[in-house]
Amino acid sequence: MNQQINRRNFLSATGALTVSVMMPGIAAAAPTAGLAKRPPLDPKKLASYITINANGTATAYFGKMDMGQGTDMGVAQMVAEELDLPVSRVFVEMGDSASSVNQGGASGSTGVSHGGATLRNAAAEARRQLVNMAAQRLNVAADDLTVTDGVISSKTTPTKKVTYGELIGGRWFDSEVEWNGKIGNDLAVKSPAKLKDPKDYKVYGTSPPRRDVAPKILGTGKFVTDIRLPGMLHARMVMPPVAGAEPVSVDESSIKSIPGVKVIWQKAFLGVVAPKEWDAVKASRMLKVTWSETKAPFVEQKNLYDHIRGAKSIKSGGEGPFMKEPAKVDEAFKSAERVIEATYEWPFQSHASMGPACAVVDYKPNGITTLWTGSQKPHFAGDGVAALLDLKPEQVRGIWVPGPGSYGRNDAGDAAAAAAIFSKAVGKPVRFQAMRNEATGWGPKSPASVHTVRAGLDKDGKVVAWHFHSKAFDRLNVSSNESDPSDTLHGQMIGVKPKAQLTYGSPSNSYKFDVRHLSWDVVPPMLESASPLRSSHLRDPLGPEIHFAHESFVDEVAFATNSDPVAFRLNYVSDQRDKDVIDAAAKKAGWQPRTAARKQRDGDIATGQGIAYSTRNGTRVAVIAEVEVDTKTGKVRGKKFTVAHDCGIVINPQLLTQTIEGNVSQALSRAIHEEVKFDTKNVTSVDWETYPILDFTERPMQIDVVLINRQNIPPNGAGEGSMRPIVAAVANAIYDATGIRLRQGPFTPERIKGGAA
Amino acid sequence: MAKIALNVDGKSHTINADPDMPLLYALRDDLGLDNPKFGCGLAQCGACTVIIDGQAVRSCVTPVDSVGKGKVTTLAGIQKNGVPHKVQAAFIAEQVPQCGYCMNGWVMTTVALLEKTPKPTDKQIEDALTGLKCRCATHVSIMRAVKRAAQA
Repeated sequence: MNQQINRRNFLSATGALTVSVMMPGIAAAAPTAGLAKRPPLDPKKLASYITINANGTATAYFGKMDMGQGTDMGVAQMVAEELDLPVSRVFVEMGDSASSVNQGGASGSTGVSHGGATLRNAAAEARRQLVNMAAQRLNVAADDLTVTDGVISSKTTPTKKVTYGELIGGRWFDSEVEWNGKIGNDLAVKSPAKLKDPKDYKVYGTSPPRRDVAPKILGTGKFVTDIRLPGMLHARMVMPPVAGAEPVSVDESSIKSIPGVKVIWQKAFLGVVAPKEWDAVKASRMLKVTWSETKAPFVEQKNLYDHIRGAKSIKSGGEGPFMKEPAKVDEAFKSAERVIEATYEWPFQSHASMGPACAVVDYKPNGITTLWTGSQKPHFAGDGVAALLDLKPEQVRGIWVPGPGSYGRNDAGDAAAAAAIFSKAVGKPVRFQAMRNEATGWGPKSPASVHTVRAGLDKDGKVVAWHFHSKAFDRLNVSSNESDPSDTLHGQMIGVKPKAQLTYGSPSNSYKFDVRHLSWDVVPPMLESASPLRSSHLRDPLGPEIHFAHESFVDEVAFATNSDPVAFRLNYVSDQRDKDVIDAAAKKAGWQPRTAARKQRDGDIATGQGIAYSTRNGTRVAVIAEVEVDTKTGKVRGKKFTVAHDCGIVINPQLLTQTIEGNVSQALSRAIHEEVKFDTKNVTSVDWETYPILDFTERPMQIDVVLINRQNIPPNGAGEGSMRPIVAAVANAIYDATGIRLRQGPFTPERIKGGAA
Repeated sequence: MAKIALNVDGKSHTINADPDMPLLYALRDDLGLDNPKFGCGLAQCGACTVIIDGQAVRSCVTPVDSVGKGKVTTLAGIQKNGVPHKVQAAFIAEQVPQCGYCMNGWVMTTVALLEKTPKPTDKQIEDALTGLKCRCATHVSIMRAVKRAAQA
């Protein structure tokens, strides 16, 4: 430590000396400020976040990642803005634990709101440092200096100027920022630097294109599945036919014809490795295994919701002032003139990412073990691999490489653990990729749920009591964090005991009712360990299902009180920005007030419009869905979606719009198709036939996006906010079209045809 | 195991492989051509698509010895003299991909479509692209890009 401080003092003293002898007109001398070598990563060091390269460009080191919505470009814009550099000269290096501090990875749509804010503050501090260096070198006062495109010049003597590159290019800042002591999403830094006034923004509000698009289309970029190392082996798992079963005996002679193949078996973990990928696939299929007799762990799917209703609660929770005064809730309902109640049911859903997860681990017990992963948490996943392999966290480097899609805690976190187990077992680098049945069938699921909503009305139809209750499987039967092997499928298979989080969630909106009570109960998992129905985060965790229930019920109450659904919301929503999104969506979509389902028909085709609204960590979204229901086939087509979106200041309108379009279409898929099927023994949704998603022919015909830009409000996340209300808007539109109130999803032809019109 | 000759992106190769091994593994594992992706191994998603003699083909279910003298084209082989194919240019201009893992299938299938039907109707585009999967749900961007490519 002392040595480090001494070296820093030495270097900064040298820098000052150089500045003092600098002659006018030779500002282009090689930079000597800062450090020649990057100091070790430390959240307190400015150099951990940002550097000026020899050519005057800047690189920001992002401990989060972009999962394909352009978060890194948004961050580049934020950094460019504070540094007064063109965005074309700002680069973002992300998701490598060797180059960035742990900002929590891609998590909760915090890439811009948290991760970006930290890098923005670091950029402002870097600019402050650079201006101070320039003041010394040019021998002028710092407040006489202005910065344009990385050139610092004197306002009074414009010929006095120096570039960022000339000051410190290729060297490292040797100063500190004020760190809040946290890692992960909550990591934040501050500095004395004054942030730019939003009225002076030039880079915000523009739409530079993403940098990963061309490599992805030209085929010049690498995915995690494309990582190859010398001597690397390919691995595949052999999964049990009945969830919970373990191998009793393994007949290795059944695969002896395959060259170089090896069986890896530790408790329930059974897999094969081979030098050739196809050989590993073949061996995993040919290997003869005797499995333990085990009780079929699951209830019959038709009894799923009855099972949840009847299961004992192992954890209760909720929100709001009435958690402590439940009696007041009962009183309010007792005093109501009329009580309306409805129950909504939502199935398990699967990430079903485009490709099964893949990870490569190069286990080096006496050096640095490296993990290449498509996971959203490369830093934490590296810690998890270290724990699994009995290494120290600093002995594992986690490197994120774009993966085959990820929408939260998908199977990527498990693949990292599997690759680590394989690599340690064979002492060689191993590439593990799951097969499709594992991706869809064995990946983490969003938890199935039952939501019961009650409203108490007075004699004038005013809502005087509101109770929203969820009973569901755990929100985080496996944590999304990935730093603990107990939260991985393959960790559990080698015997690490699971430790569920036991938590759920509540609706997010600003409805104001006299008594508003939000509560939940979590029920036990049907299979304790290594379950293909273990639950975790799927894009906008719990959002689609909770708000399906909430916003469907809001419509039910509106119609029950002879109100128009838009007017009803505007009446009870208390936040002006929330009202603005509802208003904007209604206006843009040409909403016609109604107090009952309109049931517009043209032959067999019924057409309807439905609204839903929700908030998510400061982002508010209202959507009006227009659907067509083919009353003969029962098929629903999402025709048009009008989305009004307020996430504070808009950084990149084009990328934000496309992020919203993706959310709408993915949510439509979840609304009309997605339901994890299972029998008593195992999950039976194992491919795209048994877990269908939205087809190209079913894409929304039109998506209109209204971006409400709040110039003076810092940016909130936009990765998930518009996922949240879509399912409910579709349900409400189906009701408007047909008079069928669907209280169980997804909205398949069977359910439409089974509904009473 | 057998010696199998393949013509891929204008180059001849001979590999030593199981005749029933899917072409996908020959391309990726033997030839290091990584653009065809493993998505399902069941011909249900299209991420592994290559073009063989003008036809979009799912390489994950195509036995390698069935290719014969067929000329295989991968995503890496559709550029001419370093200039992106017009379908690639359109997909880039429309900023289509999110995770991007499926894009190989959409681009290659669109290339095959426009070879046969340079000015497709919306219905012809849907008929060609139905069945391909995009889990990030970029379908509306894909439609814009295909139309842009058809107009180029």
